[in-house]
Amino acid sequence: MGGLGHYFESEGIASTQISLVRVHTENIKPPRALWVPFELGRPFGAPHDPEFQFSVLRKVLGLIEHKKGPVLEDFPEDAPDFKENPAPVVCPVSFQKRDDAKELTSNWSEDFKIEIRILSNWYEVSKEIRNRTTAGVSELDVEESADLLIRFVEEETRGTVIDEGKVVDRIRRACEDLKAYYYESVSAQPGQPTDSQSLSNWFWGETRAAWVINRIREICLEEPESKHAILGKLLLVPRTELHRFQ
Amino acid sequence: MARLENYPEAVRNHLLKLPCPNFDSTPFNRPIPMKEQRVALVSTAGLHLRGDRPFGLGDADHRLIPRDTPANRLVMSHISTNFDRTGYLQDLNVVFPLERLNDLARNGEIGSVAEYHTSFMGATEPEKMKSTVVELASVMKKDGVNTVLLVPV
Repeated sequence: MGGLGHYFESEGIASTQISLVRVHTENIKPPRALWVPFELGRPFGAPHDPEFQFSVLRKVLGLIEHKKGPVLEDFPEDAPDFKENPAPVVCPVSFQKRDDAKELTSNWSEDFKIEIRILSNWYEVSKEIRNRTTAGVSELDVEESADLLIRFVEEETRGTVIDEGKVVDRIRRACEDLKAYYYESVSAQPGQPTDSQSLSNWFWGETRAAWVINRIREICLEEPESKHAILGKLLLVPRTELHRFQ
Repeated sequence: MARLENYPEAVRNHLLKLPCPNFDSTPFNRPIPMKEQRVALVSTAGLHLRGDRPFGLGDADHRLIPRDTPANRLVMSHISTNFDRTGYLQDLNVVFPLERLNDLARNGEIGSVAEYHTSFMGATEPEKMKSTVVELASVMKKDGVNTVLLVPV
């Protein structure tokens, strides 16, 4: 990000930026930066807190009033919903407990589809109250995404149905859409925590969807010469969640 | 607090190993009071209009986002899975505060909001984006933009 600051400034447009990793900004020395103590993915702190978001925005735009640079300042407040100890997500629908992150029963694909159906009411509620969904980059609906992932695990699509050159993007986007469906559905329910850690603990620790995504990661790692190997190495399970499957 | 030392070791080590570009000096333009700023947002979250080309591995180009784009027209196709998306899916302003920026302009706290904003995908070397930035800056100057707010993810 800091590199872009250099380029815009050199073209005659003043630039200011949010910094999420202070040491990177210290090294790159962009013209103006506001380091914020927020997690990756939340450069303006917290959802649905306009006053907090305004305070970050005013501070970072205010850096353009400095007469000398480079400028690197620290934002003094934590994000309002940051939690040292994540809260449990209490799903009011009756998910079957996933017993083991590493193994799943023979009817895993049917259980996975049931899980998706259970959430469907809440997904519709989420779309209604938020007037948006972030799913859909794959251009598949959630059932189609699930089918694609199941077929990949069952070896039906690797290099056949999916063009080898497109497999990485198709599988990755289907996984992201699936996660969006789950997170939007569960966070639309009343009283649920909104912080990332609580929601991640639920998704990666309790859902069959996470098991399916991890199974795809394992398959990709077993085929290191394939074009989809990079999915297993980098693009499916966050580094912070790998420990659940090891 | 999301300080580097508080991240899990695997994340911290990865972030510390990421290469940073070197610059001999830092260019620095004249100060602009907030009330005179015409602001364009530049994100690296891999955002784009629904139906526009999703980002793929190694993409260094950008996607334009018009000023009055409602939140439900934007999606994210960033390739990385190593940042939180649960804030973004609850409220776009967490990653791309276009609505808040428009509010600041309506309140008279900033001068105005640019006609067009843009998003890159961050998992790309900045050198590969340089020619695009030069082209973008030229278009922005024609729109009277004097301030760019860069927002990582």
